[in-house]
Amino acid sequence: MANGEREVGVDAPAGGFVQLLTPDGERVDSVTTADGTTYSVSFTDDEYRELYKDLVTVRRLDAEATALQRQGELGIWASLLGQEAAQVGSGRALRPQDMAFPTYREHGVLYTRGIDPIMPFGLFRGVDQGGWDPNEFKFNTYTIVIGAQTLHATGYAMGITMDGKTGNADGEAVIAYFGDGATSQGDVNEAFVWSGVFHAPIVFFCQNNQYAISEPLERQTRVPLYQRANGFGFPGVRVDGNDVLATYAVTRKAMDQARHGQGPTLIEAYTYRMGAHTTSDDPSRYRIASEVEAWQARDPILRVRALLVREQLADDEFFADVDETAAKQAVELRERVLSMPDPAPLTIFDNVYPEGSPHLDEQREQYAAYLASFEGSH
Amino acid sequence: MSETVTLGKALNLGLRRALEADDKVIIMGEDVGKLGGVFRITDGLQKDFGEERVIDTPLAESGIIGTAVGLAIRGYRPVCEIQFDGFVYPAYDQIVSQVAKMHYRSGGKVRIPIVIRIPFGGGIGAVEHHSESPEAYFAHTPGLKVVACASPDDAYWMIQQAITSDDPVIFFEPKRRYWEKGQINRDEASGALHASRVLRSGGDVTLVTYGPMVRTCLDAATAAEEDGRSLEVVDLRSISPLDLGPVYESVRRTGRCVVVHEAPSTISVSAEVAARVTEHCFYSLESPVLRVTGFDTPYPASRVEEEYLPDLDRVLDAVDRTFGF
Repeated sequence: MANGEREVGVDAPAGGFVQLLTPDGERVDSVTTADGTTYSVSFTDDEYRELYKDLVTVRRLDAEATALQRQGELGIWASLLGQEAAQVGSGRALRPQDMAFPTYREHGVLYTRGIDPIMPFGLFRGVDQGGWDPNEFKFNTYTIVIGAQTLHATGYAMGITMDGKTGNADGEAVIAYFGDGATSQGDVNEAFVWSGVFHAPIVFFCQNNQYAISEPLERQTRVPLYQRANGFGFPGVRVDGNDVLATYAVTRKAMDQARHGQGPTLIEAYTYRMGAHTTSDDPSRYRIASEVEAWQARDPILRVRALLVREQLADDEFFADVDETAAKQAVELRERVLSMPDPAPLTIFDNVYPEGSPHLDEQREQYAAYLASFEGSH
Repeated sequence: MSETVTLGKALNLGLRRALEADDKVIIMGEDVGKLGGVFRITDGLQKDFGEERVIDTPLAESGIIGTAVGLAIRGYRPVCEIQFDGFVYPAYDQIVSQVAKMHYRSGGKVRIPIVIRIPFGGGIGAVEHHSESPEAYFAHTPGLKVVACASPDDAYWMIQQAITSDDPVIFFEPKRRYWEKGQINRDEASGALHASRVLRSGGDVTLVTYGPMVRTCLDAATAAEEDGRSLEVVDLRSISPLDLGPVYESVRRTGRCVVVHEAPSTISVSAEVAARVTEHCFYSLESPVLRVTGFDTPYPASRVEEEYLPDLDRVLDAVDRTFGF
């Protein structure tokens, strides 16, 4: 199965992409791209099984979240369906000291960081706005404004350089997540400029899921997205975003280059958003069923399952156990989401300013008095 | 230690002291390094503190503020220079949606101790986009603190206080006053960052102002004295939050209040001051709160900017009108 020369994977877009696992579950030992970079993975049997488990789990938890939204328990949900390999592969490629800047869809990356999957549900349920400490989890808060986080990631990466934390295997690096639509934003292009100029230890991980809500890729670009990197002075590479092995290999290499002080990389993970943009969206208005069916044949989970079967790394019992465990986690997650309390009214005044504001204190007191005036009445 | 310096030099000295006090303080912006800024406010700082702490950035305002946010998450305290008031708008999203809201969004777990310096206001004969007063846009945004310095001593201390503060601070500098001299006391700050200050006592009318109009109002008070009118002048210093206690105290004595700024009047700082003074001093007022401001036009061509800018005569005209009710 070795094919050291192949860059064009099965079902690749024109120009090819790095693929280490075909949709049929056939492994490719290594791939060397036109610039001479060779990608491969060397996982233990256990690690292959763990990757499968990750993929199934994040999909199952995601499905539970969609169900919770449909039942009125979440205000909205941004599903990762179809993008599990891009997120698990890139997320597992990070080292503990690395920092991730997500959009609002990176639930799979969050999971691979070892973070409690309940964490973003406060945001989608509307009981908070995603209030966690980025430095504690090495995972920034979800950013909803498209592309804004790429600049934050770049600044953070500049800080790593200023702290002298690059140049060896223990160096730190940053990964910035964004989508195909975001590549049209000024902020993303400014992030590319800054990162190039300051040689920042950052990897731009673009999940090209083919749609920005309803608008297809053709409305964002005339050239393949990974080629944009050329104009900013750093390498770009396209990877099969439905291939967890390839996304892992490509991300691992780019992150290691960044931590060694070799500057940024743009990764375009070529994938597909199988579901709606969010639970508020109706994709049947702008894309045809046959397109979705074609991508179903490239499912990121089925190909790993096929690999495990083909190489006799797992049996039916294993697969059943994975499904059962994931379902159990989903039930637990559901129960915890349902038990999230609504915040108390006066908490809306909390945390506007680290150092407070006398004016805001006054407003809070007035509103507290107003609320208190109803006590005892019906 | 007391010395006489220009307002611009006072800012420079304040920034220098902030860089010395905390090695997490960094300066970033367009031309702030080798050139020392187009107004020379950062003159000599890159030479003394290095290119990693005084950073000449690419020419993109959103990039300056967005990367500063990331540096703040990393533990730095960036002081960003926006070259001119009218160039802050490309960074508006980062300021309003990220800088202002990250602390709130994160439930208080993230702090963004950024200072954004903006030279503001007109009177320097500039082309379009170089003379604006955009403070109300930022004061309207919860999560931001907004201040304006008016004297060298305040410039020296307020910039340091803004940098030390864990709140994001939009720091307005009255660019046409950069070259005006005054005494600075380098030993002790004369007030808190968000405290307003009575600069001149008077019993007939209260003038409320900030930034470049402080000088105008003080001159108006001097001129009024010759006509036998005693004007009290309050420098707000902080636009968000407003410290209106001293204003209320003053208006309760004078019964008359005129608010002065360069920005247009509609939905402005003066509108907020007028509303609050009316609410808090209703039974003391002898006249409605009047306002002297720029007009509700875009900032005009420089050959007619003196028509647009409030001046001593327009201030005194409003003072006269408060006696007509």
